[in-house]
Formats: sequence, structure tokens, C-alpha cells
Amino acid sequence: MSKTDTSTASGDRGGPNQPLIIARNLKKHFPVRSGLLNRKTATVHAVDGVSFEVKKGETLGIVGESGCGKSTTARLLIGLIELDDGSIIFDGDALGSDIRLKELQRGVQMVFQDSYASLNPRLTILDSIAFGPKIHDHADPTGIARSLMRRVGLDPNRFAHRYPHELSGGQRQRVNIARALAMSPRLVILDEAVSALDKSVEAQVLNLLSDLRDELGLTYVFISHDLNVVRYISDRVLVMYLGEVVEVGPVEAIYREQAHPYTASLFAAMPSMDPDNRTEEPPLAGDPPNPINPPSGCRFHTRCRFAETVCSKTKPKLSIIAGDEEHLAACHMRDAASGHSMALKEAAE
Amino acid sequence: MTETPLVEFEDLKVRFTGDRTVHAINGLSLKLRPGEMLGLLGESGSGKSVTLKTLLRLLPPKRSELEGSIRVNGTDIMTLSGRKLAAYRGNDVSMVFQEPALALDPVYTVGDQIAETVMRHKGLSRTAAMDVALDMLTRVRIPSPERRLKTYPHEMSGGMRQRAMIALALSCRPKLLLADEPTTALDATVQIQILLLLRELQKEFGMGVIFVTHDIGVAVEVSDRIAVMYAGNLVETGTTSDVIKNPRHPYTRGLLAANLHGAVKGQRLDAIPGSPPALEEAPTACSFAPRCPLARPECHTSLPPVFEPEPGHTVACVLEREAASIPA
Repeated sequence: MSKTDTSTASGDRGGPNQPLIIARNLKKHFPVRSGLLNRKTATVHAVDGVSFEVKKGETLGIVGESGCGKSTTARLLIGLIELDDGSIIFDGDALGSDIRLKELQRGVQMVFQDSYASLNPRLTILDSIAFGPKIHDHADPTGIARSLMRRVGLDPNRFAHRYPHELSGGQRQRVNIARALAMSPRLVILDEAVSALDKSVEAQVLNLLSDLRDELGLTYVFISHDLNVVRYISDRVLVMYLGEVVEVGPVEAIYREQAHPYTASLFAAMPSMDPDNRTEEPPLAGDPPNPINPPSGCRFHTRCRFAETVCSKTKPKLSIIAGDEEHLAACHMRDAASGHSMALKEAAE
Repeated sequence: MTETPLVEFEDLKVRFTGDRTVHAINGLSLKLRPGEMLGLLGESGSGKSVTLKTLLRLLPPKRSELEGSIRVNGTDIMTLSGRKLAAYRGNDVSMVFQEPALALDPVYTVGDQIAETVMRHKGLSRTAAMDVALDMLTRVRIPSPERRLKTYPHEMSGGMRQRAMIALALSCRPKLLLADEPTTALDATVQIQILLLLRELQKEFGMGVIFVTHDIGVAVEVSDRIAVMYAGNLVETGTTSDVIKNPRHPYTRGLLAANLHGAVKGQRLDAIPGSPPALEEAPTACSFAPRCPLARPECHTSLPPVFEPEPGHTVACVLEREAASIPA
């Protein structure tokens, strides 16, 4: 493409082997205030020690149920909320010491689930997309906006002067994607960006996202609860449960064999597509626990059918699965030294 | 053959008037046998929720115009009014909604809400009604049901609230249960629990169920039969395995492909182009034709006829005529 990057934030600084973004031990706790004096009465452990990296040009899928911290993680990555602890390194530059938040935000953009709420209802589509370039004193913001509209499949002559409420959900999400690309980001975070769309429209937007990734060399963090979509779009998957990473690995490895019992339950909970072979028993009972008081040790032990005493006492570490250094899971059964009876059996075999 | 259908829609048309007119349902005909679980599958705006609301007569009377007939157990429900309508709702037919937090009354305990319904419809005393409430909570497998009788909806988790909602809906033993996306707001591991619970209760109570969903996987898990809706009408109906394994309407095929089940990474998705019609005018041609890869000139000029390629499998598409003339 004839895209020339003028801003320094868009240039490749660390080389191809430097991960585009590294998150180290991210923590975010939200206070819960109540009562007359609005005192802090509890803490929501939204994200509790999450580490991962996203390589250049890859798509990392993040999956998990509500309250697992996937959206909070996304908001931390783009600096929408402040980190309590941990560090973010963008292309070799640590946030805080090497680059300021503004510079990070120029390289990272986000698309949200609610396509209507994320657009200013009083701006036309063209103005919304041109807003960023205009603020950054770009020579021709309208020109950029029009070419991006064409790129995401919206005819500028028809749509440029419409308002968000005049568009369908799929069209609005295309506008949001165009707006995110207007600042020539290197990383785009898609937080349930296709979840609110109808299936037929979702497939169109997924096709668009794949095309854009190939053409512009983008890197995606793709957050979704739909495992079929994640499998289709991602290279690697990160599974979260109650603010922690329970498993991470290449998408095919995880879809073939889930090392963590929670990941396995999540997969087993997918509705069957075979009418002769329907699900007979729910893989898990009850709802996910409240992240205000997460269970001790392994946070999944309250719902895990393999749980033993060690699980409620010690927090499992992420360890390598089946010799694949890319595939990690945090489960005592996968750690021969943990003392879990299943782990011992496996070690003996 | 002589069995009375539990529900029978005949050429139902629903039109909303006001600032702009919307032709929400356009000539829907459908039968549901007693004890059958039907999955009504469609995207937003296809008319699936309107179908359910019409069945309970919940549409605003001043702004909606209805045509055609709906019979439930032989009774024409379009003529019901006043007490008869009130007795019909909740007793013969009841509904489970997508968002239990909004459907339950926040200022009454779960036990009170169930008991009130039972007292109202079955004329039981309060004590007897509370016993029914307790029994219902046990049947929907709420842990420690005695304690849960006295809790308020906001004190329960999402999955628990949906169980309570199901207990309330089933407390008068309706012959027909309408479920409007009851698991869409729930997490995946909770969704499957509720689906399996509904499947079990349906068998236990022998009731008919119309289960509205946009998720094919969910429809496969619960339904005996599936009806696919598009732009206010049915495009295909059949047993679950007919529709899933042998989809015949181009829209059904597109929908199955868009589910991404078994989609190959890196390969472009077979997306259905465009978006559903706005329905400002009553359709005079196949509503899917503008998006259909196989559309013929006649698709744009006349309504598609309904064919029955196999017994019980109906498809509203002209392509079936050609398929029928060439014996396979």
C-alpha cells in the first residue's frame, strides 16, 4: 500500500523479533465503596498479575467469561485506566520511563463492542473518522477519512455526511474500524467488536479485519467469548479466569487439547452442532464466583472436579505443556512437583 | 393426523404503524404439536420476538395491526380480552425473557412472586402456593431452595435468576412455554446448564416450547424442529437434523456457514453480502433475493412458493421447483 508513516510511533523500532507489546504482571483492583461515608468496603480483583506478549503481526485471542478481566486488560493496554502495578513495554519502550502514555496511545487503537455508544452522535461519519488526524494537525484529514471509508467498504459519497443513528450495526462497526485506523496504529484491540453483530454481518466484518491485517501489517488483540470466532481469527489464545491467566498457547494446540480443566469446560460448554450428539451433561455447575473475594490458591478450585487440598492452598504456576514452549497452563495436575495425585500419576507413566 | 395442534398460526401479519410503518410479520403460517420443542431461529429484525409477543398478545394495541389467526389448543386467541386474556397469559402460556433481572419484580422476594402467580391462577391459599414455589425452585435445581424463597432477585447471580424465572414461568404448569433468547445474556458455562435444564423440564412436564434464538448451536441443543425466519416470514422449517444436515434455503446455508463451525483459518468466510431489508413495505418478492447468490429474475418479482421436498421439511424458495423436476 502507499501508506507512508511519518510519525515515529509508527515505525518499527525494536526489529521483527521484539514483541510489539509486552504486559508484565498487570494488576488492577477496583475499590467498592458503600455506606454513608462512601468508605471502601471491598476490592474487585479485576486483573491480578496478568503477563503476556503479542508478537508483531500476530493476533492474540483473549477468551473468558464475564468478570474474568479481559476487558480490563484491554483498557490497561491502551491506558484508558491506570495500572495499579506491572509494566507495559511497547516495541521495546517501557511505558513511563521510555515513552509517555500519549505516545503509546498513538500506536494502539481500540474498537469496542457497542458500535453506537462509541461514536459521537452529533458528528457525521466523516467528521468522526477525521477527528484524530485533525487533532494531530494532519495535512488532509478529510482525504484520509474518505480513503479509509472506501477501504472499510463504505461509499464516502453515500455515507460521509450521515450520522451514526442512520447506519446499521455492521456499518457503524466499519466506521469504528476506520476511525481506529485513522491514526495508523500498529496494534488494534478489538474488544468483543463483532459480538453484537448478526451472524451474517459478523462474517463480513471478520473478512474485512483479516484483509486489513494482511494489507497494513496490523497486530490484533482480539477479545471474544465466541470460541469459533477466536479460532478463526487468532494465532494464539489466552484464557482468563477471575483476573488470572489459566492457559495460553497456539490456537490449534489449545483447540486440540485443553490442558487446564477450566479451558476444557469452556470448550465442552460450546453448544454441539450435531443434532445426533447433543450435550448430555453441563461441564460445570453454578456461576463463576465473584471477583470481589476470589477463591484462595487456584481460583478455579471451587468449580473444578479434580480439585484437591493443594489446589485451595497453593497458587499454580504457568508451566509448559507437552514440551511445547509456547503452550502454558496454570494447573497443579500439570506440575509433577505439586503433590496433586493426578500429577503424580502422569509423572509415573 | 387428527391431533389438534397446540399452536397454529395462519397467515399471520403484524404491522406497526406510527411515524413509520414496519411490516414485522408477513404471512407466517406454522404449527406446533403438543409437547414439541421448536427452535425459532433468525437474526435481529427477523420477527422472532414479535411472533412470541403476538402469541401472548403483548403488542401495543394502538400501534399494531394484526391480521390472520392464531389458535392455541383450538382457541382463537385474537378475540380474547379482559379476564379471559388475563387467565390465558401465565396459565396456559407463559414466557421466559432474555434478561431475568428486568423481568422479575425487584421489590418482591422470589417466593412471593411465584406464590402470587399460583394464587392468582390456581386459587390456592398462600401456604399452599408457597409449597408450590418451593417445589418449583427444587425442580429448577436451585441449591438450598428454602433459603432462596426469601431472597430478592438482585441477591442472585445471573444463572440463578434465570432459573428462578423458569420456576415462575412453569409454576402454573403451562401447556406452552415461550422462551425469548433465555440464555443470550449468560456466560457459556451457565448457558449450557440452562439449556439442559429446559430440555429436561420440557420432557418432565410434556409442554410445548417455542425457543427463540439467533444462535444455531443453541437451537440444535434444545429443539426437535427448527424454523428459520427472515424478514418476517419462515424460509425453512424441518426437523433439527433436516435443517442442520441438509439445509436447502440459501439463507439457511449462509447462516450455517457464518457460524464458523469448522471454518478454516486464513480462508475467506462465505459471508452473506448486504444486510436485512428495512421492511417499510410489505414484501412482494422474495425478501432474501437482493442478498442471494442464486437469485433468478422471478425472485425479484414474485413471492417465493413454499415447497415440501421431504415430509415435514418446508422451504420457501423457487429453486426447489427445479430440484423437484429433476428426480435425484
